Amino acid sequence: MELFFNPFDNLLCILLGISFTVWFTLLLVFIIVPAIFGVSFGIRRLYMKTLLKIFEWATLRIERGAKEKNHHLYKPYSNAIIAREPTSLEEEIKEIRRSGSNKDLDSASEFEMSDIFYFARRGVESIMDDEVTKRFSAEELESWNLLTRSNNNFTYISLRLTVLWGLGLLIRYGFLLPLRVTLAFTGVGLLVFLTSVIGLLPNGRMKNFLSEKVHLMCYRICVRALTAIITYHDSENKPKNGGICVANHTSPIDVIILASDGCYAMVGQIHGGLMGVIQRSMVKACPHVWFERSEVKDRHLVAKRLSDHVQDKSKLPILIFPEGTCINNTSVMMFKKGSFEIGATVYPVAIKYDPRFGDAFWNSSKFGMVSYLLRMMSSWAIVCSVWYLPPMSREEGEDAVQFANRVKAAIARQGGLVDLLWDGGLKREKVKDTFKEEQQKLYSKMLRPSWTPLTT
Amino acid sequence: MGSRASTLLREEEIEEIKKETGFSHSQITRLYSRFTSLDKGENGTLSREDFQRIPELAINPLGDRIINAFFPEGEDQVNFRGFMRTLAHFRPIEDNEKNKNPTASEPLNSRSNKLLFAFRLYDLDRDDKISRDELLQVLRMMVGVNISDEQLGSIADRTIQEADTNGDSCISFQEFIKASLVEANINNTSFNHLTKKIKILMGAFFINATEANLLNKLA
Repeated sequence: MELFFNPFDNLLCILLGISFTVWFTLLLVFIIVPAIFGVSFGIRRLYMKTLLKIFEWATLRIERGAKEKNHHLYKPYSNAIIAREPTSLEEEIKEIRRSGSNKDLDSASEFEMSDIFYFARRGVESIMDDEVTKRFSAEELESWNLLTRSNNNFTYISLRLTVLWGLGLLIRYGFLLPLRVTLAFTGVGLLVFLTSVIGLLPNGRMKNFLSEKVHLMCYRICVRALTAIITYHDSENKPKNGGICVANHTSPIDVIILASDGCYAMVGQIHGGLMGVIQRSMVKACPHVWFERSEVKDRHLVAKRLSDHVQDKSKLPILIFPEGTCINNTSVMMFKKGSFEIGATVYPVAIKYDPRFGDAFWNSSKFGMVSYLLRMMSSWAIVCSVWYLPPMSREEGEDAVQFANRVKAAIARQGGLVDLLWDGGLKREKVKDTFKEEQQKLYSKMLRPSWTPLTT
Repeated sequence: MGSRASTLLREEEIEEIKKETGFSHSQITRLYSRFTSLDKGENGTLSREDFQRIPELAINPLGDRIINAFFPEGEDQVNFRGFMRTLAHFRPIEDNEKNKNPTASEPLNSRSNKLLFAFRLYDLDRDDKISRDELLQVLRMMVGVNISDEQLGSIADRTIQEADTNGDSCISFQEFIKASLVEANINNTSFNHLTKKIKILMGAFFINATEANLLNKLA
């Protein structure tokens, strides 16, 4: 028995050894070296094109299957569940009264019992479909991309489709995931190590130059760790020193995507654990703006540190996400005005992910950071487009809020996102009562416009 | 993780809901998806907090009353069937339904059921009468702090005076119907106005201002 196993063992060891060597050489040649020099073989784009063809086939198959069963296919965007007409409170209530009563229009009626129809209708409309809550969960896909997680009501259709899905599962978890995890560890490890080393150098041009190169290289490795296929548009508008770069926020990956194309000073709260280690070593190589948890509440302190940073022209542009929380990349929500009060030039950036390959949205109430990263690394790819918009500054007579809204509108327009005035904080908090009071005021004006309201 | 798959609607259920409410297959699946996204507790029912999480509903002056309409008497949870039953009131009346078999039970979105929904927004204690107090409560919800008690009281008094025909200082359901509808004969121009406005989208349904117009037609 022993004799039987021994040669087998040896053979096994040799095979393992060879495969590991081959594996690592391939990794080095095809992924890490290009990352260092910032070139690309185009493998990822080829991969993306192949995937698209497969998805198209899968969609056709599903549509055919649905037709056989005589159902309408559930398409979230092409048929909205309700058609909402944007009319104002006054117009609608007048319309209801006009059609309901046979009184003269001129006799200003105070109150009609039918007035509640307006509020009832609006209320039920918002129950069926509202603009805000759907932004805090993953976007629904029109076609299936062979991932169970985006499977809404695509039930079993055909054997071929299931086989394809199974194959996809194997490839993603068996091949892509280990590859990506290896790369991720390499990237992060190199970042921590090299930035600490650079931190030992004296401040000066050499240090800045090296720190830039190191940051870029490590971020590029991380980009490959996610198989992120990014298209940058309008690179001539890239943020310059002394400016603030603002972008819409979908996930922590946004940082990696932007930072692999340019050098930024990050802003954020110091975390513990692995994040904290990374943050502390990064700040050794170049000045990032990290806040202690207690300092975050102090708005003046935050504003002062940021404005000090932008005034120093030798420091890198600041990267900020004014929404304050992750939104699901279908809309842009209210920008917090803090970063727009500082008075520096603002460089807006729009980031739009293609949800077909992998949903990048981080639903922090559903997934922790680690499970989120695992989901990212087991999707097909992260495909996104980044647009660098021309710089904007605050104009005369414009206050910070209006400026923020202007920037937000520009980003929404470029990225094809819905521009909302609602606060992203509604993810966790209740809406303020002032909005309800506004509606009540509007309605009371209708009852008797000649009366002055009790509260002005 | 696999909660969506386990709570997927079965075909029989969809058929039952279709018969009861008149929604189409795709509308039901779409609304089911909405129901599950509102159901944060993932237990197949919605509570009042789940509704209040919708910002646009929370700022609606009548928000609480509307939410109340979904919950049957004394209960705190509503399941998908109950959810659909209430939403069915707002389905527009389609032309092919007008000539339906008169002996069949009244559809949920019939005119009188729509009016009953609105009536119940006022009539909190379900005694089939809107008292002066109940009217005042709703008025107060709609105007907030902007109108004084006396002025509001006089509005309520005037409304009851105009609508009350049997002199009991309360508004019954019949009196309510008369007060919100046109009393005279059908106005043809209103019909044209109506048909111009109704847009029937493929696979979508709508509630818009013409809903109130529909309520006006006694035919």
